[in-house]
Amino acid sequence: MRIVCPFCGERELGEFTYLGDAKPQRPAAGADAVYDYVYLRDNVAGVMSEHWYHGGGCRAWLKVTRNTLTHEISAVEPAAGAGAAKVGA
Amino acid sequence: MRGNQANRLNDGGLIDRSAPLNFRFDGKAFSGFEGDTLASALVANGVKLVGRSFKYHRPRGILTAGSEEPNALVELRSGARREPNTKATTAELYEGLEAASQNRWPSLNFDVMSVNQLFAPIFVAGFYYKTFMWPAKFWEAIYEPAIRRAAGLGRAAGLSDPDHYDKVWAHCDVVIAGSGPAGLAAALAAGRSGARVILCEEDFVLGGRLLADGGTIDGLSAAEWVARTVAELEALPDVRIMTRTTLFGVYDGGTYGAIERVNDHLPAPPEHQVRQRLWRIVAKRCVVAAGAIERPIVFAGNDTPGVMMASAMRSYINRYAATPARRIALFTNNEDGWRTAETAIAAGLQVAAVIDARPDVSPAHRSLASKGGFPVLHGSVSGVDGGKSGVRKISVSLTGGARAEVEADGLAVSGGWNPAVGLTSYHRGRPKWRDDIAAFVPDGAPPGMVAAGAANGAFGLGACLREGFEAGATAARDAGRSGNTGSMPVADDAAFSLTPLWHVAGKGKAFVDQQHDVTASDVELAQREGFQSVEHLKRYTTLGMATDQGKTSNVAGLAIMAAVSGKSIPETGTTIYRPPYVPVAIGAFAGHHRDENFHATRLTPSHHWAAEQGAIFVDTGLWKRAQWYPRAGEKDWLESVTREVKAVRSGVGFCDVSTLGKIDVHGPDAGAFLDRVYINAFSSLAVGKARYGLMLREDGIVYDDGTTSRLAEDHYFLTTTTAKAGLVMQHLEFCRQVLFPELDVQLTSVSDQWAQFSIAGPKTRDLLKEIVDPAEDLSNEGFPFMGAREVKLRGGLKARLFRISFSGEMAFEISVPARYGEAMARNLMIAGKPFGVTPYGTEALGVMRIEKGHVAGPELNGTTTAADLGLGKMMSTKKDFIGRVMAGREALTALNRQVVVGIKPTDKARRLRSGAHIIPKGETPGPDNDQGYVTSVCFSPVLDQWIGLGLVERGRERIGEIVRAHDPLRGEDYDVELCNSVFYDPDGGRQRG
Ligand SMILES: [Zn+2]
Repeated sequence: MRIVCPFCGERELGEFTYLGDAKPQRPAAGADAVYDYVYLRDNVAGVMSEHWYHGGGCRAWLKVTRNTLTHEISAVEPAAGAGAAKVGA
Repeated sequence: MRGNQANRLNDGGLIDRSAPLNFRFDGKAFSGFEGDTLASALVANGVKLVGRSFKYHRPRGILTAGSEEPNALVELRSGARREPNTKATTAELYEGLEAASQNRWPSLNFDVMSVNQLFAPIFVAGFYYKTFMWPAKFWEAIYEPAIRRAAGLGRAAGLSDPDHYDKVWAHCDVVIAGSGPAGLAAALAAGRSGARVILCEEDFVLGGRLLADGGTIDGLSAAEWVARTVAELEALPDVRIMTRTTLFGVYDGGTYGAIERVNDHLPAPPEHQVRQRLWRIVAKRCVVAAGAIERPIVFAGNDTPGVMMASAMRSYINRYAATPARRIALFTNNEDGWRTAETAIAAGLQVAAVIDARPDVSPAHRSLASKGGFPVLHGSVSGVDGGKSGVRKISVSLTGGARAEVEADGLAVSGGWNPAVGLTSYHRGRPKWRDDIAAFVPDGAPPGMVAAGAANGAFGLGACLREGFEAGATAARDAGRSGNTGSMPVADDAAFSLTPLWHVAGKGKAFVDQQHDVTASDVELAQREGFQSVEHLKRYTTLGMATDQGKTSNVAGLAIMAAVSGKSIPETGTTIYRPPYVPVAIGAFAGHHRDENFHATRLTPSHHWAAEQGAIFVDTGLWKRAQWYPRAGEKDWLESVTREVKAVRSGVGFCDVSTLGKIDVHGPDAGAFLDRVYINAFSSLAVGKARYGLMLREDGIVYDDGTTSRLAEDHYFLTTTTAKAGLVMQHLEFCRQVLFPELDVQLTSVSDQWAQFSIAGPKTRDLLKEIVDPAEDLSNEGFPFMGAREVKLRGGLKARLFRISFSGEMAFEISVPARYGEAMARNLMIAGKPFGVTPYGTEALGVMRIEKGHVAGPELNGTTTAADLGLGKMMSTKKDFIGRVMAGREALTALNRQVVVGIKPTDKARRLRSGAHIIPKGETPGPDNDQGYVTSVCFSPVLDQWIGLGLVERGRERIGEIVRAHDPLRGEDYDVELCNSVFYDPDGGRQRG
């Protein structure tokens, strides 16, 4: 697989590390909400938005839109702010 | 020179008669010529019997002339280079080649195991599974050893591979698999368009079937056209032609795997050269021109030496000028097979008969028969009379029921052609059935790939050129190259007429998969026993699971299954195709990543100095760390380590701790950022101070720990454990970029930039004064415990100095730019000489941390909470941080959790062992009474006994309790006392002094 890093260009899979679903947002507070954030993940068969880390390159966290059935990658963008963490008290 | 090559023609062929080569097969000397394969040289020498079969030890000969060969597998070379299951049909002959047949004992001609044929019923389909039904004891003691001895392929060398393998990347516009007419035409069109082209050909000569079948292209002979085309391609600057290279796999994103057999054609690779090279080719487009594989017809005795694919026979006669037989019979169900009869006559050989399963034969072939004086029999071959010395007589069932016999010493068989659909099907593609050629053809392909020519079911020469040229031109255009493709090469198309025929009923074993000895009756039996799916058929009979992956057998197996089940072949379907297309040595995948280069090795800045000192090194992750420094007269590691600990505790020692992860955290929000990733506060840390920090995972479990110092208002210097250095960086980048983008903070990994030494012991300050500029105040007031700041060293070098202690002694850690690390070690030795300075390794480091009750890897084990480690009070309640909410879960705060506690045997002489389980006194050891285990142990020179840390249920409430350390692994059981985890200097006076 090859990923087009927005900063480094097209690179080989070995330079990247996979984290998982990029959809969940870190909640500000609330045990149930945090539980969902930590443990509940969709197992998508199809187009999915995922976090990938370009550790072998620019160290950017990327949001990669990938079809899990075909491995086709339709979009790659910086993940900055994608987790939209709210800081609780 | 002819040597003993009695079956070599006087003229023709692509062999060099001026370059004779000597070789040995099963110890016997033969000769061949440059341009031969081992198989063609054996054919030229009249060798028909080349191996014994897998299960039944039946005599086998050469069936094909290519990489699809199921039978002619040999052990090539000897010693450490001995390579089993090497196809004689692709192994190039070289001077001095040594090969041995496989599966025979004591010799190929007299094989004791051929009695297996008498026990054939136990080897039927599913014999492994049925055998498992026998009593287990019988299986282990009797059947398995017997079967393993009887069945099997060649022997591995059993020695370390002496050769090197390479792995490389290549990028291009168009990669082409195969250099037959379609592949060469594709390369021409793409190359002329200006595309960057890589053409891979598994053979050592370009041309594919043109080498054996010839033809006329653009008015030139095939040989002339190939020569002209190759010359043109070689003149193009961006076309790379790779022979001896098989494109074996296709991966996501247009990545292709290819194996180049760089030096397999030589006895050993020349010095400094690799044996094979694994290519990962990234291409915008791929043209599969991998051709087709002629398929056998299954009939009784079809594995007799001398039965050969019709196209293979043409290859041996035309390409290698070697005659597999003198009097040849041909069994065909299609027009193409007749070319073998034409070839035989042209070579001056006798044709005994052509047995054609079709109702009609063309007038041209009828006249060929009458000119050649041989009969055309309408019917099928139903049996072969012959043995290890080869075919003698052929039984024919004539259409209408009569029988006939044909005397011949060779039988050419053509059941039609199967396009090589492997590459196009590797992304779970399923080929589609085409009735007109009775074969599977590609139905789509992975993105960017297209099949052309015979691989696409276009068997005519003209069609191959046309499809190849168009595919090459389109691929180049798609890749953005639009140069003039010039004119397309042109040739006529021969008619292709075929009547499907898969299996001829008859008496005796009729083999579908010759390499795995799977017969037609095995397939029928499997079907009767309920194995309806082709995937089940494959695994139950092992059809197609040998090293040839069923290239000559899969489709026939399906066809027989379809016939038994009353379904059509397309209804029966194919199994999933998976790479690699040909076997690829594990060594090629490993490349240079073997032995000491299996992974990268990281050396600490003081490594070479430590090696001079005779240090013993230990692998910690990628690092080599000094474990201890033995001295003359010390009898074991324990004596050395104990000396090092005592030296530190009574004087001064130093240790390279550069392997710790180091991260510079810069920015106005650096403190706020650290507050969110550590459980304790860092924004409140004063400039010039260090603090121990603990990080949790978001699920509340401890992730990592380390000391972080504030060097300026907006600059922190963070350290991680050695093991987690990379992972913590990744985690912090995730926090910074994804979770908290509003914070103005930057992270810089400086692990490799700083050499860091721990200097510990009561004389530390005396030693440091010799190193640090006299203007720096190192007094307890001027540089108190947990102080951290930049200092100037004698000579002007700037360093970072931290007054932190892992050993519990008065200690500092000093960081200098990594390039000064070795000099620092040498200087510490010189400056420390008056104080008896002692370098110490990771063992002494570990002893002192256990004596001080500091937690490390064995306690930060991915299941412990901050409270488990005795660090619960560090958790701030005033701020949010990663893991805060989940750390509050009921189970993570339960009172009966296993927590860190000190452990010491009640018998001071006893050795404590890691992994021993803690059981209450008077209870029976077992899961119900298991209260934890010993995590870290050491011999404590201070206490003069073995001590340890453990995770024990409610451990801290049970100080003083005597429990059992139960160690069934080592057969030990002894009493231990639970105690305070800080064994040494519990009030910490020494490190503050
Ligand atoms: Zn990047």
